[in-house]
Amino acid sequence: MNCDEANILLHALVDGELDAENAREVEAHIVACQKCATALREIQELREAINPTDLRYTAPDGLRRNIKGKLPTAPAVVANRRAALKGFALGATASAIAATGLLLIVTRDDEQQRVLDEIVSAHLRSLQGDHLTDVVSSDQHTVKPWFNGRLAASPPVMDLTAQGFTLLGARIDYVDAKPVAAIVYRRRVHIINLFCEPASTQAETRASMQSLHGFNVRSWREKGIHLWAVSDISPDELSEFGEKFAAALGQ
Amino acid sequence: MAGGTGLDDGGKADRFKELALPHLDAVYTLARYLMRNASDADDAVQECYLRAFRYFDTFRGGQIKPWLLTILRNVCHTAYSEEAKLVYGEGVEGEASADPIWREDVETPEQTAVRRADSETMRRLINKLPAEFREIIVLREINDFSYRDIALVIEAPIGTVMSRLARARRMLRDAWIAAEGGSTLR
Repeated sequence: MNCDEANILLHALVDGELDAENAREVEAHIVACQKCATALREIQELREAINPTDLRYTAPDGLRRNIKGKLPTAPAVVANRRAALKGFALGATASAIAATGLLLIVTRDDEQQRVLDEIVSAHLRSLQGDHLTDVVSSDQHTVKPWFNGRLAASPPVMDLTAQGFTLLGARIDYVDAKPVAAIVYRRRVHIINLFCEPASTQAETRASMQSLHGFNVRSWREKGIHLWAVSDISPDELSEFGEKFAAALGQ
Repeated sequence: MAGGTGLDDGGKADRFKELALPHLDAVYTLARYLMRNASDADDAVQECYLRAFRYFDTFRGGQIKPWLLTILRNVCHTAYSEEAKLVYGEGVEGEASADPIWREDVETPEQTAVRRADSETMRRLINKLPAEFREIIVLREINDFSYRDIALVIEAPIGTVMSRLARARRMLRDAWIAAEGGSTLR
């Protein structure tokens, strides 16, 4: 066991989440490694500094009364489709977790891979049936305001017709369980979905190009927005799209 | 409108109340940390319970607490996006300097090492963590959830729970040390 593994498993040890065999391995590592022994002590100190009882809140009586008052007569509204789907997804997550057991260490790369999977899945979904656009317009001044009230931040919508990419419209999609804007462009007979969501930082990142199931995904961060362009057009053309979009955004 | 199915709804509501209401304090606690103020937390908890009751038919038994907290978390997310208050992963460095750090007298640094932190300080330090780290601290340290239950609530694999918890604890410890250092160096 190396220190990187131990550093994560120390927490599981403290939390009583390790089976006997793994616990023994971690403990053996601690005996041999001063650095990890210190790390363990630090985790224990922090846990001792936290007094759960004092950090809990008690729900106000008024809130309890309000909820009780509203419940018996609350109409049993049928969950909408999105919510029903979410329910299924949660069930699937639960069984997946039950199947994987404990020692499934997911790195940052895995997270990015998962988002990439979801982006490509969302792109594929959008190509089936009538899921491509919720608002159909080639006018950026129609598409952009459509997002008002639907998303926290209005995404950038650029008219790139002159550059060879026709704006078709937009919709709301879900990536990583969060609503994102999907702006739809066409290049000849190929569809490009541009997913945007507010980035966690203002830091800009250079574009990266990845390929999955025959689709190319170009992702980059710019002006506080995280963007993913996905399509079956060639990486060169998708890069061209990204650059044209970025240029229009910069103006 | 509700009269037609009064009996069914009534029976369902009774069962729901019996199962769900005992967890009100836990739900409210997470809401307070996610929303960071009392009135928004009130609204979120109310919406959570009404939503949970509507979807109660989809609850498949087992522990109801993680199920309730999953709903609460989704409600809080929606509230955030409606008011554009907070994006997950938002840094807190900006507000750190504006907030006064802990000013109370403490013993020597050596003695403080294993001493329980003042609860108000700890609350404030937890509240300063970015949302995804804040919630995992609340779920693990305050609600005493297992990794499996945390994974259910935050809808992420257990591996993510482990790495995020490790990071959250490191951040909280650093903030705690900084707060204590600030007061002892006074």
